[in-house]
Amino acid sequence: MVFLTRRATFSASHYYWNPVWNAEKNEQVFGRCSNRNGHGHNYTIEVTVSGEPDPVTGFVVDLKWLKGVMECEVLEAYDHRHLNLDVPEFATTESSATIPTTENIAIAAWKRLEPAIAAAQGARLSSVRVYETPEIFAEYRGGA
Amino acid sequence: MNGAGKAYFGRRYLLSASHRLHSEELSPEANVDAYGKCNNPRGHGHNYVVEVVVGGAVNPETGMVIDLAALDRVVGSRVLERFDHANLNLDPLFEKSVPTTENLCRTVFGLLRDALPDGDLEYVRVEETESNFFQCYEA
Repeated sequence: MVFLTRRATFSASHYYWNPVWNAEKNEQVFGRCSNRNGHGHNYTIEVTVSGEPDPVTGFVVDLKWLKGVMECEVLEAYDHRHLNLDVPEFATTESSATIPTTENIAIAAWKRLEPAIAAAQGARLSSVRVYETPEIFAEYRGGA
Repeated sequence: MNGAGKAYFGRRYLLSASHRLHSEELSPEANVDAYGKCNNPRGHGHNYVVEVVVGGAVNPETGMVIDLAALDRVVGSRVLERFDHANLNLDPLFEKSVPTTENLCRTVFGLLRDALPDGDLEYVRVEETESNFFQCYEA
């Protein structure tokens, strides 16, 4: 088994806000990230797939193909967007929201990528790692 | 993202410390053979990067595996205050072991394992230079 990782970057804005809580509680838990005017990051996403190298090409997957999947499934939706306002999985209603923390972005990106990678019947998606800054990252490996 | 299962949160910290690689169980010649310039009697230092990764369920209210500020407090009080700008050889935890980065990595894992407010410690990675790093999944 070989693990292959491709990296890409996207820039997006967001804020952390739980609509069930009042403003004080949001500020207490999320600090500056709760500012409703939002703020932004240059994110780096690392997508790792695993499988056996193809005996003819020597590839686990074609990296050009993986680049296209990442651009089509994730970057088109997230790059230069406001995650809370432009991306459906992070929409806030009166009673619920999936807050676009780095953890939830990693999970959401996994959910966007996994069907396309599974459909190609080559490698399987192994992990999605999202860096919010060079010092802060979250990773999701699927499963329950 | 309720029911999404386990995710991992990671954070990188900087730590500057000095050390000397020298084993009391080896002869002076064997120490030089084993450790080379790292055996210099006066020691030397590094800017270490300590990467801490915590695994756990994503809290549905906060969207977090662990609160970053809480993790900072634990790593700050248990690891950075102890080792930053210190001589590792003089720390009681290295009284009986050589402060190689392997041993530093395991020591940091042991200091953090039971101190986290949420989640489980998945691994500790210590980068000694841009080219050398060590990673532990247990103490």
